[in-house]
Amino acid sequence: MGVRPDIVGEGAGLEAPPPRRRRGGWFFQILRESRQAKVGLAVLLFFIVVALLAPWIAPYSVHEQTGAVYCPPSSEHLLGCDDGGIDMLSLLIVGGRTSLVVGFAATFVAMIIGGGIGIIAGYRGGWLDGLLMRITDYFLVIPDLPLAIIVAAVWGPSLPHLIFVIALLLWTSTARIIRSQVKSVRELVYVKRARSLGARNTRIVFRHVLPQIGPLLIANTVLTVAIAIFDETALSFLGLGDPSAVTWGSIIQFAFLRSAISAGAWWAIIPAGLCVALVIMGCYWLGQAIEDALNPRLKVAHLSPRSFRLRPLPGRGKDAE
Amino acid sequence: MRADYVIKRTAFAIITIFVSITLNFFLFRVIPGDAVSNLARVPHATPQLRQALEKEFGLDKPKWEQYVIYLKELAHGNLGVSFANQEPVWSNLKTALANTLPMVTLGTVFAIVIGLIAGVFSAWRRGTKLEQVSTNVAIAFYAFPTQWLALVLLIYLSAFLPSHGMTNDFLLNPTPWEHFKDVLLHMVLPSLTLALTLYGQYTLVVRSAMLETLGEDYVLTARAKGLPQRTIVVRHALRNAMLPTTTLIALSLGYIVAGAILIETVFSWPGIGSAVYQAVTQRDYPMLQGAFLVLTVSVIFANFVADLLYFKLDPRITE
Repeated sequence: MGVRPDIVGEGAGLEAPPPRRRRGGWFFQILRESRQAKVGLAVLLFFIVVALLAPWIAPYSVHEQTGAVYCPPSSEHLLGCDDGGIDMLSLLIVGGRTSLVVGFAATFVAMIIGGGIGIIAGYRGGWLDGLLMRITDYFLVIPDLPLAIIVAAVWGPSLPHLIFVIALLLWTSTARIIRSQVKSVRELVYVKRARSLGARNTRIVFRHVLPQIGPLLIANTVLTVAIAIFDETALSFLGLGDPSAVTWGSIIQFAFLRSAISAGAWWAIIPAGLCVALVIMGCYWLGQAIEDALNPRLKVAHLSPRSFRLRPLPGRGKDAE
Repeated sequence: MRADYVIKRTAFAIITIFVSITLNFFLFRVIPGDAVSNLARVPHATPQLRQALEKEFGLDKPKWEQYVIYLKELAHGNLGVSFANQEPVWSNLKTALANTLPMVTLGTVFAIVIGLIAGVFSAWRRGTKLEQVSTNVAIAFYAFPTQWLALVLLIYLSAFLPSHGMTNDFLLNPTPWEHFKDVLLHMVLPSLTLALTLYGQYTLVVRSAMLETLGEDYVLTARAKGLPQRTIVVRHALRNAMLPTTTLIALSLGYIVAGAILIETVFSWPGIGSAVYQAVTQRDYPMLQGAFLVLTVSVIFANFVADLLYFKLDPRITE
């Protein structure tokens, strides 16, 4: 049978170096090669567009009664009504907006905290690195939700508090990833050369270190958004969200508290959870596709169902068939 | 080397617990508009009453003195008194913990077993249609909000299974066997929910760990030796994949705790999760504080055990 060229090529890393692409090109390449990434991005974009257009596409107001209490889905109310006779579809659209804002804002804050700590720890090293990493370890070990609950309970419920509480739980993975990447990039020859040419620390970090870890950072961000939205529903469900804001989490909470189940109103519960799940799945597909593409070891499988040969990852092009 | 590692992990566990205790104290007392001083803000209270209350709860002392008293009481196993039922927090939590543990254990063990099987299958059969279905189902269960999954099961299964509480109150003078059967039946839905939410995560973790090991050279060697696939998967790949899996399952303990809180709330399971939920809704701060401490300490302890286990599993660790 001879040596399969793709085994040598991918397994041994002897591939010719890829042509230089402009920055950001890697993202489109992953999108081209992975169906998973495409689907994930499409799902996310769909929800983002719906959230942006929410005031215009929501069929009814979410503050007025427009139907009967827990009226079932009909042509007028596609997903029925909640306990106040408010159109569920409108609630979903408007609630999605707040949920996404909370998810993205919490991720943004988490990236700033985690990124800052990771860069300082990785770049400075020494005792500061040790101290910051012990703090990170601490946050990694203690259970998230109870911590969030006591912080939210003490601070009182409001959206900014919710965002900050979620960010407080999520910065650790970012900090660890960035720290280890900064540590390895810092030792690369061209970074050392830049330093010897007199580049300052900030310039090195922003010009040389960050672009290197960009893809990993984006994968991490996308996966963090998923957890942030998940946490939002959990905290809202426990009554620690903003009581006046409509979010996917609060829709589930109200359905639970106002006995949608004994009323048999599945439409008050199921769609909201499915929206949350879809967004999280979209994030997961996209984030995982980027992470997989960054880990060449995953492309080699020495065991596969039918015959002993390389197989492409699901949806990763036909070239290895 | 071995002693070194154990000492290091022990020290980290002890420090972590101590930091949690301190955090617990200061979170509740130092933040402006803090919880404990709210106690003395009874509506229409006269200044005298307020002062008396402050004195009774020791709020007139300086913060550091309160902290020392708190540590002392904690060392004697005193977690304070619940606002809601005037019982010592620890005795409330003890009953709750005893109710939670069997339910959570059942669900977790179940999830680990299914997760291992599904994860190994997904990595082994990578690229097949069945694998894609299995992986995407796992992603979906990973993505479903826990409380939502509990509610959905409640909608569709409450006709067949008890959905509320831990025992049937109308069962008069049950024999121990009847009581056991009753509790077990009530446990099905909460445990099943927990198992389902965890299963998705575990499958994905095992799958990616297996994919890593399946790409290793020793798998290629084993294959070249002509070993049967089953042997390679179980003896070579899975055994090595167990290392990252152990760590990630240990780290998912916090997730299990979160799941327990949400699931017990939905099913009114009288465990520590319900205790947390009630403490939140009733603003019962001593209970909340006690529950946080108990949960944190158990998770830290479990992580400590996992660290030692990891050391036993992987002799390469020499740090």
